[in-house]
Amino acid sequence: MASQALAALRGVTKRYGAITAVTRIDLEIRGGELLSLLGVNGAGKTTALSLLTGQLKADEGSVELFGGDPTLPSQRKRLGVMLQEAELPEKLKVRELVHQQAQYFDAPLAVDETLAISGLTELATRRFDQLSGGQKRRVQFAIALVGNPKLLLIDEPTTGLDVGARRQFWQVIRELKARGVSIVLTTHYLEEADALADRIVVIGKGRVLADGTPAAIKARVQGRRVGARTTLPIESVRAFAHAGEVTLSEGRVTLRSPRVEDVLRQWLAADPHLSDLTVEALSLEDAFLSLTQGAAP
Amino acid sequence: MSLRIHFWESYYELLKTLRQPAFVIPSLAFPVVFYALFAILLPGNWGGYQKATYLLATYGVFGVIGPALFGFGVGLAMEQQQGLLRLKRVSPMPISAYFFAKIVMSLVFALIIYSLLSFVGIVFGDVDIRLAEWLHLCAVLLIGVLPFCALGLWIGSMVGGQAAVAIVNLVYLPMAVLSGLWMPLFVFPEFMQKLAVVWPAWHLAQMSLGVVGQVQNVPMMMHTLVLLLMSALFLVLATLNLRRGS
Repeated sequence: MASQALAALRGVTKRYGAITAVTRIDLEIRGGELLSLLGVNGAGKTTALSLLTGQLKADEGSVELFGGDPTLPSQRKRLGVMLQEAELPEKLKVRELVHQQAQYFDAPLAVDETLAISGLTELATRRFDQLSGGQKRRVQFAIALVGNPKLLLIDEPTTGLDVGARRQFWQVIRELKARGVSIVLTTHYLEEADALADRIVVIGKGRVLADGTPAAIKARVQGRRVGARTTLPIESVRAFAHAGEVTLSEGRVTLRSPRVEDVLRQWLAADPHLSDLTVEALSLEDAFLSLTQGAAP
Repeated sequence: MSLRIHFWESYYELLKTLRQPAFVIPSLAFPVVFYALFAILLPGNWGGYQKATYLLATYGVFGVIGPALFGFGVGLAMEQQQGLLRLKRVSPMPISAYFFAKIVMSLVFALIIYSLLSFVGIVFGDVDIRLAEWLHLCAVLLIGVLPFCALGLWIGSMVGGQAAVAIVNLVYLPMAVLSGLWMPLFVFPEFMQKLAVVWPAWHLAQMSLGVVGQVQNVPMMMHTLVLLLMSALFLVLATLNLRRGS
């Protein structure tokens, strides 16, 4: 890629005692893009984010933020961060919290503008402990935004939000992207990654499993899933042309294939006693599962 | 630039603290009520000691170390647990501003408490103190807040929010009694009087009593040195804990 990276992990390994959270991970965040970091809990998403925000130091490899070391506070002036769990001082009012945060930056957005973008204008004089869960998330978002960041890192933004609030949040994210803000979003909702991201990086067991557009990620597991009870040994099923991953569970053999009709023709011809046949479409969920389950231990 | 951050961080630390009656009322009321009870309603002398003046010094110490211990100890533990500290650490705020704000909060409370005690003691009691002594005591108490900020920091770096409340109480109240802050140490058995040297509050109390002339020939340098060493120890222990947490 010719474009200058805003932030990057290069060959980074991070251990907590005997546990290796990420292993030689490479991740580059480019200007103007909306990158979604996708993975199940414990996959290493939060560790990756903690490295990029300077909370953790890499054991191996290098971490770069705006061309420098993110553990230096001054290096984080064009960075906005929304953490998954952060209770703000409950006795301070919304406007006060945003104003306090604004002091940390050289060229922050106006407090009023930040409140407006975050949908908090009406709640400006409300104390943090008087807000609902969704409203608190909006304040945390405003705190991430007020520094007028070039890069916004958001950890699980919509966990615990209802569908309406989630859609609203997506709208705000799209508007920010249109203003030229680069955004990294960790999520374990595929739907969210699919709806927002230009690029999806799938992380599992501390490694990058896939890196591409949502369409490319989905294409990695195109096709359908076929299942049946068969008298054939599983090795014979594996030997079919175009048979993908084949598994045996509770007497049923299941396989994925991009060309399911070809597989079916072979299978029916080889096994006259085939029974209990099902054919299902693959979802993005399947794509995700096949990527994360296949990760090397 | 950075001065602005430190200013606003302190302002909001004070504001959020002042909006917590559960913190403000005990912090201000305990020392003042006890002082009024023991020094004003029951005036007089213990031998060579003049009660109202003696207890102004010791309740001064008792009063000023409370907000420092609770502000740092409970504040840090809670804010670490709630994720607020993480949020600060991913922001470009220099971490010094976080601690500076808590020190300012402790100092402001110390000043308010000392003023209240002085008001009660001078207006309603028979405190015998000259202006220079009053100012000197004020300076000793304010600077004396710092070792207790360090002690609070260590406690707060060690445990979670609720545990910190319990531990601070377990340290604060016994230390106050055993350092002779509530009543003079001579009412205790001799071994407890000797044991008092382990408490930082006793060292600060000795300095305060020396300043107002209630105890003669106080080795100020020695007490200062002990408090400095204890502060350094608490800071090292706190730093180790905080490093381990990250």
